[in-house]
Amino acid sequence: MKKIKGILITLILVYVATALLGENFLGGYNQGKLLERTGLYGLLGIGVAFVIIGGGIDLSIGSVVCLVGCGVPWLVMRQGWSPTSAVAMAMLVSLGIGLWHGLLITKLRLQPFVVTLCGLLIYRGATRGMAEDQSQGFGGEHEGFRALGTEAIAVTDKFGIPFPFVIMVGVAVVAWIFLNKTIWGRYLFALGNNEEAARLSGIDTDRMVILSYVVCSMLAALGGLLFILNGNSAQPSDFGNFYELYAIAAAVLGGCSLRGGEGTVVGVVIGTAVMQLLKNMINLVDWLKSHMEFLIVGVVLLVAVMADEVLKRRVAKRR
Amino acid sequence: MGRPLLEVRKVTKRFPGVVALSGVDLEVGPGEVVALIGENGAGKSTLMKVLAGVQAADEGELWVEGKQVSFSGVQEAQKAGIALIHQELNLAENLSVAANLFLGREPARFGWIDQGGIVREAERLLGMVGLEVSPHALLGDLTLGKQQLVEIAKALSTEAKVIIMDEPTSSLSLSESERLFEVIRDLRAKGVSVIYISHRLGEVKALADRVVVFRDGENAGMLERDEIDHDVMVRMMVGREVSQFYQRTEHQLGEVALAVRGLRTVDHPAHPLDFEIRAGEVVGVAGLVGAGRSEMLAALFGAKPALAGEVFVGGRGGLPGSPREALERGLTLVPEDRKGQGLILEMTVKENMSLASLRRDAKGPFLNRRREEEITAEMTAALSVKTPGPWQQARFLSGGNQQKIVLAKWLALKPRVLLLDEPTRGIDIGAKEEIYLLMEKFAREGMAVLFVSSEMEEIMGMADRALVMHEGRITGELDRREFSEEAIMGLATGGKLSKAV
Repeated sequence: MKKIKGILITLILVYVATALLGENFLGGYNQGKLLERTGLYGLLGIGVAFVIIGGGIDLSIGSVVCLVGCGVPWLVMRQGWSPTSAVAMAMLVSLGIGLWHGLLITKLRLQPFVVTLCGLLIYRGATRGMAEDQSQGFGGEHEGFRALGTEAIAVTDKFGIPFPFVIMVGVAVVAWIFLNKTIWGRYLFALGNNEEAARLSGIDTDRMVILSYVVCSMLAALGGLLFILNGNSAQPSDFGNFYELYAIAAAVLGGCSLRGGEGTVVGVVIGTAVMQLLKNMINLVDWLKSHMEFLIVGVVLLVAVMADEVLKRRVAKRR
Repeated sequence: MGRPLLEVRKVTKRFPGVVALSGVDLEVGPGEVVALIGENGAGKSTLMKVLAGVQAADEGELWVEGKQVSFSGVQEAQKAGIALIHQELNLAENLSVAANLFLGREPARFGWIDQGGIVREAERLLGMVGLEVSPHALLGDLTLGKQQLVEIAKALSTEAKVIIMDEPTSSLSLSESERLFEVIRDLRAKGVSVIYISHRLGEVKALADRVVVFRDGENAGMLERDEIDHDVMVRMMVGREVSQFYQRTEHQLGEVALAVRGLRTVDHPAHPLDFEIRAGEVVGVAGLVGAGRSEMLAALFGAKPALAGEVFVGGRGGLPGSPREALERGLTLVPEDRKGQGLILEMTVKENMSLASLRRDAKGPFLNRRREEEITAEMTAALSVKTPGPWQQARFLSGGNQQKIVLAKWLALKPRVLLLDEPTRGIDIGAKEEIYLLMEKFAREGMAVLFVSSEMEEIMGMADRALVMHEGRITGELDRREFSEEAIMGLATGGKLSKAV
């Protein structure tokens, strides 16, 4: 609770500010949209949190989103696969990607930044080649399949809880149990803080690192799938662009330290919500222009990190 | 002695949780070699850091040549004529000797380094310490002894009036050490003062004009040239008779608990290692830095798997390929670098203590919180760990208590063999005694204890038997009855039974 206090206060402040300044913010449609976006981006954030807690980084998330987001409709519409087998394929490929990243990082001792930066380039490049740079989507077909990304559990006639949000909450609960209740979660925090000491305590650190990259890539794939089901149109050249940075920013906002060994699932979800709220605020408040999005997100992130550091020092001094 | 060159008056330095120095005094005259001795944690290194401007004192005064000074950085200390030579040399191995001598203060014109000038000046400085190497030679290609002389030449180039040497011989061979002593005597003749920190009392006796003893951050005594005596120094450092400090009992030896056959480490593959340890036995491993002692422990524990050989423990042979495999056989290691390898500083006392036993106690994949708390309570009491609570982060505890947490982590597994690498490095004298008592207790309970130590006193005080290593080989094995500083030192420096100095 202590760890997420800061981000929770930020969430409330941004929420209230947007409600006061923006039009139609509290309307059922807008609120539902916010939850949907938080659900979609939250999956990526939770995934990258695993890697960051283990002391690594994954820059390939956006490209994995692109690969799956373009690959699944391509398989279904152009290659005639059934949606089920296309999804199975996407999950298999993302598992392979995570495994590959993890093996390169643990066994070859390559730097996570480099490995996943190459991944970022390779998966997007491969997707563009595969789809011949053509926009991919389901057209008007497969409404039932797409419902997973578009429908909601109705609460009122204007407001419902979107499926992507429900799925994200489910994933978050499992992730929370993993990180807080299992020995593997403890191991991941231990190795993120001090890999050598963790290894010398008998922990199979390589296996945990690999696992964290697999979780990250598979959640990126799940996110990518829901993004395309939701949006129904993906340009291989820009689908998922920068999503890894949104995910990392949300994780950092939510209290993950890039030094490793620190972070909470709840914090990451709230961090994602704050990011989406800021975007929403820029859309709804007249005098904020949409081209100011990066500027505002960047400043908020920096202020949050600075405030966190100052608070930490003050606490440390009191000891 | 005329007016002192350097004077330390009532200097106090506190760190969170410990008072490292409490009102210490020190005087050094011109051209005087003052040996500063004391156990680890006595405050020697802290004082040196204060003198060299690395850390600021909380209270007290520093005087140089009759003027009061205060340093806010290393450069200011250098300007005042004080140079510190660290135990671990601060040189860049990838640069030439000349480049190292002037690192960070290269004579330059408009940003262009004056290469010719550097080389000429380097030759002059190397001549002053009698080192015959080319200024162009790569530093990494020199032996440790020569690198040490380069460091001294560097100190001389800053016009140092006082050179502080922190354990300069800890990694030198006998002949290199003798070369160093000549240089020190030479410096003294030229009027340069030397503060010489060493655990090697033989060297101190041979070199020092005066000995200053620290204990627990306070002055514990001073000996003039003609009063310097080995036993007196030990008594002053320890504060009581050595025999009382190490409270040993006779050990009941059981079965062979650990048998090592033909172990070839990555670092010294040419020298296979063979030895055995019985249950209830405490064996010390002596040797100089770089003798391959830590590497041997790392190989036994699978932290740096050996190339060949067999390790028999708990009825199993073969080689542990990872710490996890070693743990399964009942082998545990308390590593030398407590903060870097032993503990996870950001985690709590409880999380550290239970880390190794989590898997054993888990219910399926789930943490067993109750068992975790029981272990923490049990170990905190058994090892009398001083912590405000199990939730405290390990980094806020003192060195001795941190070391106890590392011990607790292993004890929870009830191991057959406990390997310890420099178990008391950097912890205060009271905690040290507690660690010794714990090692004793473990042995009595039937554990086999193998510890590496660079402190002669520790080996002689604690061990039933000592293995002495030199350059990757076990050069000798001494029974408790055969222990003497000369015997151990002789074997540690290459097998000849010669005196240390």
